[in-house]
Amino acid sequence: MRRYHPLRELVLCRFREFAREPEVVFWVFGFPLLLAIGLGIAFRNQPQEKIFVGVIEDPAAATTVERLQANPAIHVEIVSPEAASKALRMGRLSLVLALGHSVEYRYDPTRPDSLLARSQVDAALQKAAGRQDPIAVSEKQVTEPGARYIDFLIPGLLGMNLMGGGMWGIGFVIVDMRSKKLLKRIIATPMRKSDFMLAMFTSRMAFMLVEVVILLIFGWLAFGMIIRGSWASIVAVAFVGCMSFAGIGLLVSSRAQKIETVSGLMNLVMLPMYVLSGVFFSAERFPQTVQPLIQALPLTALNNALRAVILEGSYLSSQAGALAIMATWGIVGYLLAIRWFRWN
Amino acid sequence: MTLAVRCSQLCKRYDNKLEAVKGLELEVHAGECFGLLGPNGAGKTTTIEILEGLLEPTSGVVEILGRRWGTDDRELRELLGICLQETKLPEKLTVLEILQLFRSFYATGQEPAAIMQKVALSEKAQTWVTKLSGGQKQRLAVACALVGNPRILFLDEPTTGLDPQSRRQLWDIVREFKQNGGTVMLTTHYMDEAERLCDRVAIVDQGRVIALGTPAELIAGLGGEHVVEFTLDGGNGLPIAEVSGLRSVRSARWEGECYSLNVGEPHIAIPALIHTVRDRGLSLAGLTTRHASLEDVFVTLTGRHLRDQ
Ligand SMILES: Nc1ncnc2c1ncn2[C@@H]1O[C@H](COP(=O)(O)OP(=O)(O)OP(=O)(O)O)[C@@H](O)[C@H]1O
Ligand SMILES: [Mg+2]
Repeated sequence: MRRYHPLRELVLCRFREFAREPEVVFWVFGFPLLLAIGLGIAFRNQPQEKIFVGVIEDPAAATTVERLQANPAIHVEIVSPEAASKALRMGRLSLVLALGHSVEYRYDPTRPDSLLARSQVDAALQKAAGRQDPIAVSEKQVTEPGARYIDFLIPGLLGMNLMGGGMWGIGFVIVDMRSKKLLKRIIATPMRKSDFMLAMFTSRMAFMLVEVVILLIFGWLAFGMIIRGSWASIVAVAFVGCMSFAGIGLLVSSRAQKIETVSGLMNLVMLPMYVLSGVFFSAERFPQTVQPLIQALPLTALNNALRAVILEGSYLSSQAGALAIMATWGIVGYLLAIRWFRWN
Repeated sequence: MTLAVRCSQLCKRYDNKLEAVKGLELEVHAGECFGLLGPNGAGKTTTIEILEGLLEPTSGVVEILGRRWGTDDRELRELLGICLQETKLPEKLTVLEILQLFRSFYATGQEPAAIMQKVALSEKAQTWVTKLSGGQKQRLAVACALVGNPRILFLDEPTTGLDPQSRRQLWDIVREFKQNGGTVMLTTHYMDEAERLCDRVAIVDQGRVIALGTPAELIAGLGGEHVVEFTLDGGNGLPIAEVSGLRSVRSARWEGECYSLNVGEPHIAIPALIHTVRDRGLSLAGLTTRHASLEDVFVTLTGRHLRDQ
């Protein structure tokens, strides 16, 4: 074996350069954790929120208030008619009651909080007035790990991270080397171009492993996230996703001479997927007509497959469709990149 | 004598139709240090990058050690050491790491430790590139070119922007490489560098070789090995023709601020000059003499200075 092997030296240099850029280390490994903490706290499952209701001044107001207070979730106050319409407009009150010979509910039906208030208030009043419910019901409340927002979020952040890794770790790094004439300098040596490409992909793969392990272990330790799938299938999905974005990253880098150009191209690729591909909220929320397009995006496929194996413990074979989408993007990206690639 | 580099009828036209190299002819012998000397934009980088196989010529023939680009690339890459005009090596790698990286690309070569010693960077082995001075960076770039034990070393403006001491250090590295049997081809727009370092020089202007030879031959070609420059009170009151006619003066020019004469024997020309000036009722404001340089060769051939831009 040679004392200095080109593939090994190239990969080692990538690792060293990465580890010596603290900002880059933060953006790759630290930032997703901060996002998870921030969003995990903001959207944690909260105890039921209070319902704010106003009753317009009236001789009968006091009794109504008393009846409503039987439900501890309802917060009632007596207000003047002017104050009532203002508070309703400003969103401070969800519902206003005007008493007369019947009870009039004033609310905006497009506000979910108002709808909730209307049904809760109506139920409380009717019950206090003696309504009998013909069907007996009982309740069992469930808040399980696996169904919370944080559980949805962490695989999405992982997918987003793998996309960013391919774009920055391959696309940006290569254009940076080209703009500094370093690509030109190294092809003036007998180095095999395939060794260079292989080194880029190998180092991406190593970073991918660290990203997966850090995020999932963090989700487990900080939020008690339950990982149902096997590590092997999770890593396999992440690997295909990582290679897919590495191929796209290479394509993005194939011609650009300046880092400004490649930054623009990277944003062009990444921004739509941040929004459409179900990182922070489900991609299914977009209209049916654009779904075929959204489902064909590599990040959507990656996020779906990651969620399936991590949260539901699905087998790898059940994700063949998603894996095929990612592989197609990666291979097409790679082939086009090799065709167009400029070393100087 | 074996040829290290041969190119003939070399032309390069860039996309924007600019013809940077126009039918250039060169032969570099094995074991010599050959310099391409020329002003900015002369086509030096274009030429050397074609020879290095990094640019495609529009037309023309290039032979390096009897091999051609396009058929013997891998073999040639093992035989050449290259230093580009501007390369920014990875900033946060150490000198040693960069040399190990470049060493790994070559089948045979020198140990990084030995090469660091040669370019006087042993103490900086663990230092990041960002923390090196300009001269140290340049020596590292040359070290990267030497680490594969090349037979030909191509250096594109290796000392531009360096202080005199760093330049001399680099010259020593080049001389040592040559003493060990290597061939060097370098570009420069410093005439003193070409004179001191190069066995032969090609002066390049606007994509063509306008003069070729050893520095001594080129200077001797001026006819006079000395330059006399003088100024008169009140400008250029003395006709050039009259100055040219003086004894031992080979040629004379008005340079905008002073007269410049190529002179064979200053001790004959200067008294004659003083005599003429006095006869015309003029007076000398200043007079200097020096040995002629390649700069004078360039000025004589083109009417421009190397550094004029
Ligand atoms: N990539 C390019 N595209 C278009 N024109 C170019 C390119 N590179 C160089 N040129 C032009 O070709 C001419 C020769 O350039 P070259 O770089 O070979 O000159 P040079 O002698 O090395 O100059 P310098 O001393 O400034 O390095 C210049 O006019 C330059 O503008
Ligand atoms: Mg140049």
